[in-house]
Order: sequence, then C-alpha cells, then structure tokens
Amino acid sequence: MSHRDRRYDVIVVGAGHAGCEAGLAAARLGKKTALLTFSLDNVALLPCNPSIGGSGKAALVREVDALGGEMGRICDAALMQGRMLNTRKGPAVQSLRVQLDRKLYQRRMKYVLETTPNLFLKEGLVTRLLVEQGRVVGVKLRDGTTLYAPVVILATGTYLDSVIHIGDVRYSGAPQGQHPAIELAQSLRNLLPIVRFKTGTPPRVNLRSLDYSKLAKLEGENPLEGFSFETGSIEIEQVPCWVTYTNEATHAIIRDNLHRAALYSGAITGTGPRYCPSIESKVVQFPDRTGHQVFIEPEGWETNEGYLSGLSTSLPAEVQVELLQTIPGLENVEIMRWAYAIEYDCLDPFFLDSSLMTKEIWGLFCAGQINGTSGYEEAAAQGIVAGINAARLLDGESPITIPRSQAYIGVLIDDLVTKGTTEPYRMMTSRAEHRLYLRMDNADARLTPLGYQVGLIGEERYAAFQAKQEQIAQEVERLKRTPVGGDAETNAILRELGTTELRHGITMAELLRRPEISYDQLGRLCDLPDLPQNVRSSVEILVKYEGYLRKQQAAIERFEKLESRLLPQDLDYTKLRGLSREAVERLTLVKPRSLGQAARISGVSPADINVLVIYLETQKRSEG
Amino acid sequence: MTDQTIAAIATAIGEAGIGIVRLSGSKALEIADQIFSSRQGLPPSSLPGYSARYGRVVDPETKRTVDEAVLLVMRAPRSYTGEDVVEFQCHGGVVVVQRILEMALRLGARLAEPGEFTKRAFLNGRIDLSQAEAVIDVVRSRTEASLELAVDQLEGSLSRRIGAIREHLYDLVVRVEAIIDYPEDDIPEMEMDEMAEVIQAGLAELERLLATADQGKVLREGLKAVITGKPNVGKSSLLNRLLDEQRALVTDIPGTTRDIIEEVLNLKGIPLRLIDTAGIRESADVVERLGVERAVQLWSEADLIIHVLDGSVPLTEEDFQILAQTKDKHRVVVINKSDLPRVWDLADLPQADLGGAKIVEISLLEGELDPVVDAILDLVMQGVVREGTSSQAIITRARHKAALEQAKGDLEQALETLTSGLPLDLISVGLQGALEHLGEITGETVRENVIDRIFAQFCIGK
Ligand SMILES: Nc1nc2c(ncn2[C@@H]2O[C@H](COP(=O)(O)OP(=O)(O)OP(=O)(O)O)[C@@H](O)[C@H]2O)c(=O)[nH]1
Ligand SMILES: [Mg+2]
Repeated sequence: MSHRDRRYDVIVVGAGHAGCEAGLAAARLGKKTALLTFSLDNVALLPCNPSIGGSGKAALVREVDALGGEMGRICDAALMQGRMLNTRKGPAVQSLRVQLDRKLYQRRMKYVLETTPNLFLKEGLVTRLLVEQGRVVGVKLRDGTTLYAPVVILATGTYLDSVIHIGDVRYSGAPQGQHPAIELAQSLRNLLPIVRFKTGTPPRVNLRSLDYSKLAKLEGENPLEGFSFETGSIEIEQVPCWVTYTNEATHAIIRDNLHRAALYSGAITGTGPRYCPSIESKVVQFPDRTGHQVFIEPEGWETNEGYLSGLSTSLPAEVQVELLQTIPGLENVEIMRWAYAIEYDCLDPFFLDSSLMTKEIWGLFCAGQINGTSGYEEAAAQGIVAGINAARLLDGESPITIPRSQAYIGVLIDDLVTKGTTEPYRMMTSRAEHRLYLRMDNADARLTPLGYQVGLIGEERYAAFQAKQEQIAQEVERLKRTPVGGDAETNAILRELGTTELRHGITMAELLRRPEISYDQLGRLCDLPDLPQNVRSSVEILVKYEGYLRKQQAAIERFEKLESRLLPQDLDYTKLRGLSREAVERLTLVKPRSLGQAARISGVSPADINVLVIYLETQKRSEG
Repeated sequence: MTDQTIAAIATAIGEAGIGIVRLSGSKALEIADQIFSSRQGLPPSSLPGYSARYGRVVDPETKRTVDEAVLLVMRAPRSYTGEDVVEFQCHGGVVVVQRILEMALRLGARLAEPGEFTKRAFLNGRIDLSQAEAVIDVVRSRTEASLELAVDQLEGSLSRRIGAIREHLYDLVVRVEAIIDYPEDDIPEMEMDEMAEVIQAGLAELERLLATADQGKVLREGLKAVITGKPNVGKSSLLNRLLDEQRALVTDIPGTTRDIIEEVLNLKGIPLRLIDTAGIRESADVVERLGVERAVQLWSEADLIIHVLDGSVPLTEEDFQILAQTKDKHRVVVINKSDLPRVWDLADLPQADLGGAKIVEISLLEGELDPVVDAILDLVMQGVVREGTSSQAIITRARHKAALEQAKGDLEQALETLTSGLPLDLISVGLQGALEHLGEITGETVRENVIDRIFAQFCIGK
C-alpha cells in the first residue's frame, strides 16, 4: 500500500447511516475521506424495520436533506410504500413514514458513496484507535495496516463488543450474521466511558406462508410527496403492509416461557429502550391487554422475506415458532431468521461537545448509535453534523451548532450532550419545545440556508429553494390582499362547502383560517395560481395557523436569548464562588456552551445560573 | 435579559412602620403614572431624579384610592439598580402593599426574583467589581431561602390542590402526546367532549383556587372570624377588647346581642373581619331566635371560629353542641372569666370534638389579650402566611398566583383552540403551557415527566 493510500484528512469508522452521512459530508466539503466498513456488502444496512420516518423522525430526515445530506434522496428511490401519518392531528406533527426495499437502499447508497469525489469506501476492520498526546492520529486495521488522519469519526453502530441473545443461546455476534468489533471496543474502553445498551428485533418470515385472508391490509398513499426537496412527488405502484394481532394464547406461551427469555432470565444486563419493548415486556407490563398489534412489512421488491414489526423478542427459537403459530394468519408461518436481542457498548454522550467531538480527544468525533441513540434517522442526523464539523475543524472554522429551536437535529444533539441518556434515545415530537415551528414542511426553510453557507447545498438547489420560498411568500401575501364574500354567489358556494355564510367581505386569508376550509377549496372562489403541492401546503399552514406560529416565534426569541450568552469552554467551575457542589460537578462534566444549555442540565438551579450571569459580567468588565 | 420591569415588596411584612413597593426598569415610571396621583397633579414621569412626592395611590380599574403614599423617583443611571426606579412608601400594612404590587404586576411589571434588584445593580455597573462576590451571596442566600419555602409549600395545601389539577392535565397531555408520537399504535383517540371536560374541570378548579387562595382572600377582604358561644360568656366583651373600643353592648343579661355585629380589624398586619353573634340557646323570643339561626349559619361561612366558654359557670348542653357542630373548622376556644373561680376543667370537654382547636384561658375583664391574639395569628400563619414570615413569603405567593393565572390563560387558549375545531398539536400548546406553569410552583420538569408517563401508561413501540 502506498503512502498516499494511508493518509487521509478524515477517517470514518463504520458505513451505517451515521457513517455514510458523515463520510459524504466531509468528502463533499473537500476533505480526503476514508469510509471503512467490515463488509462492503453491508453498507447502509437497515437491520431493524425496513422503514424510515414517522413522528419526529420524518422531520429529522427532511432536516438532513435540507442540510445537503443523502438519506432523503435514497429513501425516495428505495420506497415501496409510504403514508403520511397524523394528517388530522395538526401541521406540526404530520409525518411521512415509508417502507423501503432494504437491498435497493443499500445499493443506492453504496453507489453514491463510490461515486463521490474525495470519498474512499474501503473494507477493513478497525481494531484500534491511535491517540497521541490527546489527539487522534489514525486507526489500526486487522490486516495490519495503519491509516492516518487528524480527524476520526466513530460511527460503529451496535457493533461494539456486541452479543446476540436468542433465548438461552448467546454468542458474540452482530446483526445480519456479521462480526462484532471486539478489539476496537477494548481500545475505546481505555479512552472513554462506556455504557451497555440493548435492543432487539423480531423474526423474519417467508411471506408465502401467510394466510392473507386473516390479515388486515394497509395501503400506502399514491402519489406521495417524498422526503427530499429534489424528489417532488413520487408515483409508483406501492406494496401493502399487513396487520394482525397477538391474543391470549400467544400471551400464555410467552408467560410460560418467560424464564427462558434472555431479557428476563438475567442474561441481558444492558438497558433497553422503553419505546421499543419486546413482546415479552409488553405482555408482562400490560397484563390487561388481550392483544398487541403486529405489522407485517415486506423487505423488498425482489424478496419474499417479511418483517414482523411488534414482535421483537429474546425468547428461544422453538418458543418463537410456537408463539407465532397462535397469531391469526401466521398459523403456518415459515420463519427465515430468528428474532434476537443484541447488547452492545456505547459511549456516554456527556463526553461529547455540541459539535459531536469528544472533549478529551481532539479530532475524535462520534456519531450515531455509538452515542446511545437508536434509529436510522437519529444516526444520519448526527452523521451529517459530525461530517460537517470534522471538515470545519480541519479548516480552522468554528463548528456548527444547530439550536433546539431550529431543528430536531438540535434537540437531539443538545439532549444527548446536556442530559446524557439512560436508554437508547429515540426522537419524539414531544421532546421539542417549539414543535409548531419544527415541521416537516418547513425543514428546508429552517436549514437549507445553513447547508448552503456550510457548502453542502449547491447553487442550483439553493436557487430552487429560494424560488420556492418566494412563491410561498407571494401567495400568502396575495391571499391576505384578496377580498372575498358578501354576495349571494359566494354564499352559495360557502354553503356547499359546509361553512358559515359571509355577511360582509373579508380576505381569502381570513376565510382560509376557518378549520373546515382548505387552500384548494379557495379555488372555488378565486383563481389559484398553479403551484406545486408542497408550496400549497406550506401556504395553507402559514395562513391557517398564523396566530399560533407568531406566538411560537416570540417564544423562540425569548429562548434564544439565553442560548446566545456563551460560556467559555475552558471555564474552571471549581473556581467560581457561589455554585452548589452538584452544579460544579455537572457543569464541569457537560461544559455547556451557553447559559441556556447550562440551565437545562439537571442539578443546575436558577441560583447557579445567576452565579454564571454575574461571572460573565465580571469577565466582560475586566476585559472592557 | 434586563429589559423587563421588575417589582417587589421591599419591606418585610408584619413589621411595624412603612411598607415599600419598589419597581425598577424602563416601564417603572409609566406604571407609576397610572397608579399614583400627586397633590400637584404632576405625573411621576415628569419628576426629576431623586425627588419625592406625597399623594394618593389609585387603582386604575376601580378609580378608588388605595392609600396615601410617598413616591420616590430615581432615574437611570443614577439609581440603585442603574435603571429607572420608583418606590411607593405607605403606612397601610400588608394589604395596601400587596395591592400596590398587584397593580404594578397587572400593568406589566414582572415579579422580581430573589436578589434581582441587587443583581441588576451589579449588571448595570452600580456595584463595584470587588463587590461581585457579595452579590452572589445575596442572590444565593435569598434564593435558597425561597427554595426552602418552595419545599414547604410543596407539602402545603396549595400544592396538594394543584396536584389534583396537574394529575388530570398530565393524563390528558400524556394521551395527546402518545397519540401524536405513536400514530401507528392503537391508542384510543381522544373525543373532543372528553378533552373539553377535563380542560373545563381544570379551569374551574384553577378559578376556585385563585378565588379562595388563602392569601388572596386574606389580603383582599380579610379572614372571616366568627365569635360564638352561649349567652353571657363574654363574646361582645372579646369583640370590644380586640377593637379596643366599646363597639358592642355588654351587659350581665344573657341574650344581650341579638343580631350580628361586623367589624374589620388589622391584627398585626393580618386583616380580620370580626363578627360578634347572638348567644346560642333555645329562645322564645322571635328576634333572638332569628339571631341564633343567623349565628349558626355563619359557622359554615367562617374561616375561623372563636368559641367563648365561661369558666365560672357549669358547662351546658349548648357548649357541647357548639363544640360538636364546629369541629371541622379552624377554632380558637377561649375559656373566659379566669378571674373568677373555675367550676370545670379541660378534661370535662369532649376531646373528640376539640380537634385541632387552640385553647386559651383568659379574663376579658382584667387580663391581657395576648394569648387570644397569638392563637389567632398562629392559625392564620399556619394556613396562610408562614411563621417567621418575611417578604419572601408573600413574594413567593404572588409568584404562585401569577403562575396559576398563566396556567389558566393557557387552558383557556387550549379550550378555545379545541372548540374552534383546530387540530391536536395546537391544542397541546396550551395544555403543555398550563402544565409548565403549574410545574413552576412545584419545581418539576414537565417535558421529561410527560415522556416517562407515556411509556408507563401505554403499550407502544415495535
Ligand atoms: N368576671 C368576669 N366577667 C366578665 C368577663 N368577661 C365578660 N364578663 C361579663 O359577663 C357579662 C356578659 O358579657 P358579654 O360580653 O355581654 O357577653 P355575651 O357573650 O356577648 O352575651 P350575649 O350577647 O348576651 O350572648 C358582662 O357582664 C361582662 O362584664 C370576665 O373575664 N370576667
Ligand atoms: Mg353579646
């Protein structure tokens, strides 16, 4: 291997969803980037559901796309079915969820990686991280070679010293029959604090063995607005998903065999996510429920494998067969892969700053499940931020930090580095303070300017973005100016639309504020310009909920004031008089970037914040 | 951060002498203009710095005079805080001071945090750098005192009552959030009526709480203290002694008082509405019988019952009946006429009916009144203002009241959003806001609690 092949600007370890975005971002920002994976056949693997999006997560995908990431585009290309969830629950929480062809997703992503300039996708098992004098310098591979780079991004997913449990059987292993990263885990344990988490997957079955007459069919929506700004509307022949339920017979089998479940026998010690409980946990924790939902999701266009969402379990193989056979439609089920629980090492995210670089080791970034999150979308979101910040670090530029008030990406990273996490972290809209603003429809408005400024969004895309914003603004203005009503003809139409008649004239915007009136219905009363669907829905939201959005904006401004009061990163909290001992400990650990972040740390009281305010003032004065 | 005008009571309550309400910030003078009218008719905002004026504090809503007061004006940057500062100094005791504070808050000031005036003084360069540490101490110690207070109140009645509303709101919010965040799990949808019911119940309870909040009541109209007992025990004598004037007729003829007599009294800063009533007995006299009925009726309306017994004559059925019928009330039992020989002792009273009553023994004819006054204050302090009360006590409570009012506003918004047929995520803004404001009183982190409860209550996830 030549010298040139061994020196990089950035090395990304792991080509899962975090690694792919990180590698792409760094390479696209001009950094010579090595992206290392155990197996080139497992790039961008979706080891759990072949599905992306959903509440909170869909907004993350749109945000990654708005910043110039890849996930959205690949999803749109690999889509087999898609639905908008929560359509009747309000503008802020509508979310796209799509079923994907697992292999297609991987192939598409791999092709993008292979064709991106500056990016070098390589097979290689990293055994050791090389650190010298507090700086990362490279990685050592199993084949004996060493790769050098001043910046390394760890995106190792659930592979660190992972152990697979299938009931009482337990072996060192990784998803999809791969290998765990044992040496790397050991090397990291010496450098950083480690916690142990677990998660699980359900069995995969051959779809030909199902009795569809007993299953409920779940169709997708066609056509469908895709994830990426560049995709627009997707019109394909979609495949359905299927729904069935467990019953008392299923639950009886589970109860009888509980002692053999790795989760209950004590074999697993790691902390599992509450939002992704195994079927045995559901049966134990909710004994009154007589049935639990099971979604049957196809895994691809060219495979007959199906994913039994809702049936994640750590029960032994023979019990898995027995319990599946009690479920309507699955009486003759053929299991192709066993369900398993997996335990793995991850880092305590307290040891990262908001740029996702470790505080102790210069140049070492971590992204994805290694930081204690779960989910492809959460991983990709961290990946793109780590990739951008890695490049900026090398360029001597300050890292980007996305505020909580601007994006779910901001909420995600801030939660991780400020509060740590005691279970695998999943995004939920309930985690965001300013949910009305963090919508799917305006992700581009929120983040594309940043993507452009950073250099991941090109001129052409940016121009298209600006044109869309302009269209939205103009149409909103037009509706506010256009009068309507007062006459008999209009009232006749309003009656037909099932809304109250107008005694006197109002504006179109005012009419649209009525809950029962949609933007498209305004077309009955005036000529509507020919606008794309995404523009029309943004206009509708902006006009309909204007009052609420304005209030939210005011709340965001108040919130951001504290966020903009920065704290020095080298501040020695033990030297500040007046802080409580607990506050000193937590502040020293977290090293908050701003007063706002400090206030969110548990154990830091308003009185402690006052002390910090006063400290900042004394600093300002002694400098000025 | 310092663009809001802050206000607080600057003197401890219960202390003799003047009470001071202080405002600091850009709107201080503007607020003063609306509530202060000087003899000369000049608005405070036209006064130069370091000037004082005598005048009247007038409630801008009712146009009624609240009290006479001295107004002090200090202008930025030459004031203690470095901002425009206005001080109202008055003699009227807690009620007046509290009224002025409430008006200032209504007109846009925000209640000052503990130590905030000092902090602003520092931030505006009015206090030297070398004093910064002293400032931290002030902020620190006062805040800690208020934290302690918060803990006390956590166990107190306010928190308990908020607790019930909070639980219902949590249930609602948790369901709403679970529905939003887990659209594919089969969580039952919320019916509009069901939500409206919970919100309305919450609103009603908040309104009750705000209306009867002990503090608010004490401060606005005074505690209703009803003096009761059988005839001739010394009820009217007690009223007269407390008022320090011959307000009610006192004779040795049982049944002298035949109607109710009501007087307002300021008892060491605590306003009382003192009510003397007819002695309780079976009577043939129509007027007296009506008086007795009225007296019995008053028991249920009373915040405090002062039951007078005569220690010099044997106990009778009337004494026992009154004790039994008022046992759910805050009570002071006064055993009067201790100058005369006692013919019964405490053990003769039915202990079960005495409850938590404070018992004092005095002679209204020749003894000191202190034991009665102390007993009343004790009870009031327990329920309303804490013992060893300081300015903190009332400030914290004003803060609570503000938080309750904000919670109420949020719920009203949620209800309006709901009834106008708007979607769930908009409704949740008001619901979460209300929970967060209630959380300010109890000091909890609502967002994380909601997430925890979602997982505890619903079987979700795949
Ligand atoms: N010796 C003695 N006499 C008292 C004392 N307190 C009150 N008295 C006398 O008891 C009599 C009744 O006093 P009131 O105050 O009129 O009693 P009351 O309870 O209001 O009586 P009614 O209005 O008739 O129900 C008067 O003659 C008082 O002077 C006391 O402490 N000692
Ligand atoms: Mg009398």
